Amino acid sequence: MRPRRLGDIIFRAGTLGLALSVLAITGTVAAVLLLQSRLAREAFGWSFLWTSTWDPVALRFGALPFIYGTLMTTFLALALAVPVGLGAAVCLAELLPLRVADGLTFLIELLVAVPSVVYGLVGVFVLVPAMRSVETAVQNALGFIPLFSGPIYGVGLLTASVLLAVMVVPFIIAVSREVLLAVPQTQREAALALGATRWEMVRHVVLPYARSGILGSIFLALARALGETMAVTMVIGNRPEISASLFAPAYTMAAVLANEFTEATDDVYLAALVEIGLVLFAITLVVNAIARLLIGRVQRSPSAAA
Amino acid sequence: MTPIPGSYRRRRIVEGVMFTAAGLATATSVGVLLFLLGYIAVHGVAALSLSFFTNLPAPVGEPGGGMANAIVGSAKILLVAAMVGVPIGFLGGVYLAEYGRGSVAFWVRYAADVLNGVPSIVIGIAVYALLVRPLGHFSTFAGGVALGLMMIPVALRATEEFLRLVPDSLREAALALGAPTWVTIMRVVIPAGIRGIVTGLLLALARVAGETAPLLFTALNNRFWSPGWRAPTASLPVMIFTYAIAPYDDWHRQAWAGGLVLLMLVLGLNVLARVLMRGGAVRSAG
Repeated sequence: MRPRRLGDIIFRAGTLGLALSVLAITGTVAAVLLLQSRLAREAFGWSFLWTSTWDPVALRFGALPFIYGTLMTTFLALALAVPVGLGAAVCLAELLPLRVADGLTFLIELLVAVPSVVYGLVGVFVLVPAMRSVETAVQNALGFIPLFSGPIYGVGLLTASVLLAVMVVPFIIAVSREVLLAVPQTQREAALALGATRWEMVRHVVLPYARSGILGSIFLALARALGETMAVTMVIGNRPEISASLFAPAYTMAAVLANEFTEATDDVYLAALVEIGLVLFAITLVVNAIARLLIGRVQRSPSAAA
Repeated sequence: MTPIPGSYRRRRIVEGVMFTAAGLATATSVGVLLFLLGYIAVHGVAALSLSFFTNLPAPVGEPGGGMANAIVGSAKILLVAAMVGVPIGFLGGVYLAEYGRGSVAFWVRYAADVLNGVPSIVIGIAVYALLVRPLGHFSTFAGGVALGLMMIPVALRATEEFLRLVPDSLREAALALGAPTWVTIMRVVIPAGIRGIVTGLLLALARVAGETAPLLFTALNNRFWSPGWRAPTASLPVMIFTYAIAPYDDWHRQAWAGGLVLLMLVLGLNVLARVLMRGGAVRSAG
């Protein structure tokens, strides 16, 4: 029996080694970000996070405009995407006949797979001109409000947010619909038997039951929007300024990495960019952890009815 | 459940309004999809020609350029990515499914989840620091490694999930016949779940095939053929990006053609994966 045992030991050790390499890789990514950003962290300390000078010539770096741009585009994108995504998820889970809903969901899930550079391509040539005319119209009517003031380029914070919203809606729909379909049929029947209309059933029974799963889908979308690079880089205007206007060009953390990383000739400059990567890594780490927690809770405690 | 105020008529009106809104949301989402696919198809087909697939990029203003080097570059990068991502993801997943009950497995799963959430541009930075700067040059190899790292979590999770679906009775039958555990896994368990696993690996490949950000500072770009594995190379996604933001009409047309080809590749892989799944992910014990 000895040779058999040996085979088992080798096989088990081999697969274990490869499994452990995942641990090593993730650890290495984190370590590289920490080590390579050391110069910038020593030079600027925490003020890196809340100063807004970005001057590669004088080697003064503050990441605030990028952090602001990332948070703002993500927030606006979710504000646009969540109502649409949830509405569509409700429609696909509760209203349409299963065959039709499955077909449409298949199409929407394909949309999740579309590469971001393709979204960017359509963004540059379709969305930007469209936003230019929409923004002009809005400014003519409401230009006295600072949010809608200033010159209009078409590229800018709002355009990037709209494109991001388009990109994350399929995500929200796909995950939320799964969660809604997991709500037990008896819950629905009980609500209807009590005389609720179908909307009241959705509003007061199905949605509360699925709440943490839906929140989880939103956090997943949030994580994707935070790290999205190409599409945003192509339509946000890439200007490291914090402006009151939604129409003004802005910049995000991922976009500045995409644009400036290969141009960074100075060590401190490079370290500052890596530190931006580190901040981005930390933020998405937290957001993903929350998403996992929320989605895990739905799957584990099916009795968590409201 | 709190009592719901209002007359029945009013409640029905609210219902109508809310469900109409939900329907509109669905119509919008599907409409955007159809518009996107249609727009890319129209512009892409108009710009596609044989020379797109056979020629090198032409200098600005000269007609007849193509992206042949980018297509080959993407294929080479994906080959490296698969060679990095598939063994680690697949065999790591085998470990998790067949042996993974302890705390080692917990931490591996956790690490995979973290890796899955890392923005692709950050993966690019890490590979730049590990493979590009020390070696002194951008390369096909570095680009492939970056994409390979991104494949790992998807491949790992898919393998584990589908192997867990294989019924224990199959394992027990093989073991009862005297097969060692590793032979049971290799000859019985994996073949039973292979359809689902291949699907997962295809989806992992589809996911990275369209990635641009991690290639920007690993594979960089190249207007000519890239020899071997240690030189900068063009790739379809980076080429589309470069051409889309350039100010030349001719380049824009090329970008549309590239966008169509890339989209077909990615959606094709996705549809293929789903067709594979249609026959059932796992062969049953029956």
